[in-house]
Amino acid sequence: MSRPGSSPDEKGVSQNGDPGGQCPLFTNTLNAPVSPETRLLSAFARDTQARKVDLAGREYYSEEGKPFELRLVGKIKQQLSTDPTLHPEYPSSLGLREFTRKATEVALGKHSRAIVENQVLGVQTPGFTAAVRLGAELLRCWYDLSADWCGPVYLSSPCDDSLAGIFQAAGIQEIREYYYWDDKQRGICLERLLEDLESAPEHSVVVLSASAHYPTGADLSQSQWAVITRLITSRRLFPFLLLPTQALCCGDMERDAWPVQHCASLGMELLCAQSFSHCFGLYGEAVGHLLCVLKQNSVLLPVQSQADKIVRSLWARPSVGGAHVVTTVLSNSAHLVEWQGEVKHIVERCMLIRAILREKLRLLGTPGRWDHLTQQGGLFCCIGLNGEQVEFLSNRRRVYLLPGGCLNVSAINCRNLDYIAESIHLALTSSL
Amino acid sequence: MAPFSMSLFSDVPQAPPVAVFKLTADFREDTHPQKVNLGVGAYRTDDCQPWVLPVVKKVERLIVEDESLNHEYLPILGLPEFRSAASKVALGDDSPAIKENRVGGVQALGGTGALRIGAEFLRRWYNGVNNAATPVYVSAPTWENHNGVFADAGFKDIRPYHYWDAAQRGLDLTGFLDDLEKAPEYSIFVLHACAHNPTGTDPTQEEWKQIAEVMKRRKLYVFFDSAYQGFASGSLEKDAWAIRFFVSEGFELFIAQSFSKNFGLYNERVGNLTVVSKDNENLTRVLSQMEKIVRTTWSNPPSQGARIVSKTLNSPELFEEWKGNVKTMADRVLLMRDQLKAKLQALGTPGTWDHITQQIGMFSFTGLTPKQVEYMIKEKHVYLMASGRINMCGLTSKNIDYVAQSIHEAVTKVQ
Repeated sequence: MSRPGSSPDEKGVSQNGDPGGQCPLFTNTLNAPVSPETRLLSAFARDTQARKVDLAGREYYSEEGKPFELRLVGKIKQQLSTDPTLHPEYPSSLGLREFTRKATEVALGKHSRAIVENQVLGVQTPGFTAAVRLGAELLRCWYDLSADWCGPVYLSSPCDDSLAGIFQAAGIQEIREYYYWDDKQRGICLERLLEDLESAPEHSVVVLSASAHYPTGADLSQSQWAVITRLITSRRLFPFLLLPTQALCCGDMERDAWPVQHCASLGMELLCAQSFSHCFGLYGEAVGHLLCVLKQNSVLLPVQSQADKIVRSLWARPSVGGAHVVTTVLSNSAHLVEWQGEVKHIVERCMLIRAILREKLRLLGTPGRWDHLTQQGGLFCCIGLNGEQVEFLSNRRRVYLLPGGCLNVSAINCRNLDYIAESIHLALTSSL
Repeated sequence: MAPFSMSLFSDVPQAPPVAVFKLTADFREDTHPQKVNLGVGAYRTDDCQPWVLPVVKKVERLIVEDESLNHEYLPILGLPEFRSAASKVALGDDSPAIKENRVGGVQALGGTGALRIGAEFLRRWYNGVNNAATPVYVSAPTWENHNGVFADAGFKDIRPYHYWDAAQRGLDLTGFLDDLEKAPEYSIFVLHACAHNPTGTDPTQEEWKQIAEVMKRRKLYVFFDSAYQGFASGSLEKDAWAIRFFVSEGFELFIAQSFSKNFGLYNERVGNLTVVSKDNENLTRVLSQMEKIVRTTWSNPPSQGARIVSKTLNSPELFEEWKGNVKTMADRVLLMRDQLKAKLQALGTPGTWDHITQQIGMFSFTGLTPKQVEYMIKEKHVYLMASGRINMCGLTSKNIDYVAQSIHEAVTKVQ
C-alpha cells in the first residue's frame, strides 16, 4: 500500500544475469551489515574469558544475573493453563478487547477525557517493535493525506538503533535527529533540543520517550515537557511517544505515563507504543500495544479499519498468552497490589545499584560527574564514556557496554560491582 | 492550513470489511435456532466447539511447570529448536537438503507472518535489488490475504494464474501450465502445498511433476504456502509430497508454514519460513538479511506457541501422540465429506457431488452459485462464502441433515 508518487525504484523484470539456471538465486544478497549493538553482542559471545561482564542486555536481570518471571506471573500462568473457558480461537486482528482496554487505561488514566469521548484506538501488537512498526505504517499511509506526507521523523540522539530502520521499513525514508543527551552536562540539553525541533517542518513526527529513555536513562522533567508541548503545538508537530518499560522508572504506572496523559489532556493527537515485557517479566511473550489518540471521534472507525488492514498483512493477529496474563493482573485489585510489590522491588534494586555505583566511583576518585546516576531512574544509564573508552572496556576489561557508553544497571550485582567500578575508573584514568 | 482542532487523519476512508469476518459477524447476530456457520477456517469438534489438542494440553502443563525455562527475549530468528523441527517436519527426517546444511528457518507470527517476511525478502533481494516489478502469481481463486501480503511488501504486479475450472469442478491444469509457460522468467509463483484454499483441489503427483518441469525451465520462483500439513490427508508425509518433490528437483524455495490448524494453536501465532538454499553460504547470507527484516517488523517473536510445537516435534512420544491428534481431525473432516455426499445423493439433489469427497482439507468448493448461496444464508441461515466455499469442520452429526436439505433446496429452487 503506497501513496501515488512515493513508489520505490522500479527496474525491468529480468535482472538475474545468469542464464545457466544452476547458479544460486540470491548471489546479489549481501551479508547484512552488522549493527554496532550486534557486533558487541557477538564479541561478548565469542569472549571465552570467565570474567566477562555483559552490561548491554535489554531485559531486567535479577541479582542472580538472569531475567526472571514475576512470581505472580508464574501463578497466573498456572491458573490460566487450567482455565476451561479459554478457547484456541483466532483473536481479532486488533487483539483482545479486555487487554486493549486495560492497556489504554494504564497509559491515559481511566478517566481520561479522550477515552470518555471515544477518541482512542488501542491495538494489541506482538511486542514493542511491532507497535512502533504499526504506528509508522499508519503514519506513512494515512497521516496528513492532503499533503502527501512522507516524513520527516525526528528521533532523539542517541536512541534505540532499530528505530530508524522501523520507520524506513514502513516506507518513511527521511529520518532526522534532535539533540538530546549531552555528555558534558550528563543530561538532556533542552536548549539545543528546542532549537532542533523549532526548525522541524510542520507536521513532522517527533518520537519522544515518555519515561526511562533508552539508552541514556535521561528523562524530561514535567516543566521541560510543558515547554516541549508548547512547541509541538505551535509548530504543529505530531508526537509519537515511547513507553517500553512503564512502571520500572518511578515504580508507578501513572507517574511513568504522565507525559502521555499530559499530551492527551492538551487535546493533542498522538501515538504511543507500549510494552508490558519488562514490567511483567514477559519478554518472551511479545506483549505490546499501540495507542492512538485522535482529535475527533468521527475518524476513529476509519483509522481503526485501516489499522486492521495493515495488521492483516503483517502478522494477521497478535498472540494471546501474555496478554491474558497482563489483563488478569490489571483487572484484579488483589493481583495489582501483589504485582506492584514485585515491581517496587525491581525499581528499588535499580536505585540501590545506581547509588552504590556512584559511591564506588566517588571513593575511587574517578574523574567526572556521577550525580546523574542517582538523578535518573529505570534500567538504562549513560556513563558518558567516549568510543575509545568503551572499546578499552570491552577489549581490555571484558566489560561490554552499549555503543554510546550506556549500560543496563540491573546487570550489575554484588559479584561484579567492584570489577565494573574499577574498570570504569581505569577507562577514564589510563592514557589511551 | 488546517485548524489545530482538526484531526490530521480526517481524510482517512473506511476500509471495506473482510468478507469472511463479516460472514461470522452476521452469523453471530442471527437468532435462528438452526443456524450453521460454514465460513471461517478453524477446526470444530462434532459439538461445534474449538478443540484443544490433548497433546497440546499436556505440553502446556509441562512448560508451565518447567522451572528451568529461559525467560529472555527469543532470538530474532526465533527459537532454534523450533525452527529446525519445523523445517524437518516439512522436508522429512532424512532430507538431503537438511543433511547438506542448506536449510534454515525463520520463526514467524503464523503463516501470515512467514509469508510477509518471505515476500519482504524477495522484494528486496530477488531478481535484482529492490525490484518491485517482479510479477507475483497467485492462484485463481486463492486465500484473499495473499494479495494483501505481497502488495504491502511492495510488489507492484500481482497476477492470477488459472487454477479452478468451475465447469469441470476440478483443476484447470491446461490453463495453469499455459500461465507458467507465458509468465516472464523469474516470476514468483505462490503454490499451495496441499489442501488448496479455497477449492480443496490439489494437483496429483503427475500434475505436480508437469508443473515443476515448466517452472524449472522458465526459472520461476517457488513459494509454497503450507498451512495444512497433516490436516489434509491425516498423513504428514503425504501432505508434504509436493514440497519434498520440488526440493529433490533442486529448486531453491521458500515454504511459509503455519501450525495454527494442525496444532490448534490459532491464538499463539506459530509459523515458520523454511528457506531451502543452494548451499550453506547462500543460506547464511539470506538468513542475515531475514534477520534485518524481522528486526524492524516484530523484532523478537513470541515464545509460547513455538515452545509447544518444538517440545512436541522433538519428543518421539509426543510426536506420535500429535500425529494421532491430527489424524483425529483429518478423519472427522473425511467423515463429514463422505456423509454430505451420501446425503445429497440420497436426496437426489441434481448435479454430481463427487467433488466433495475428491477435494481435500478443510474447505470444499461446492459449486453453488452466488444466488444459491444467498438463498442458503437468507432463507436457511446456513452461512457460507459467496464463492460457494464451505468449511467442512462446521458440519456435525447434528446439523448435517439440515445442511444437506438446505443445499438440496437451494439447487432445486434457485438457478
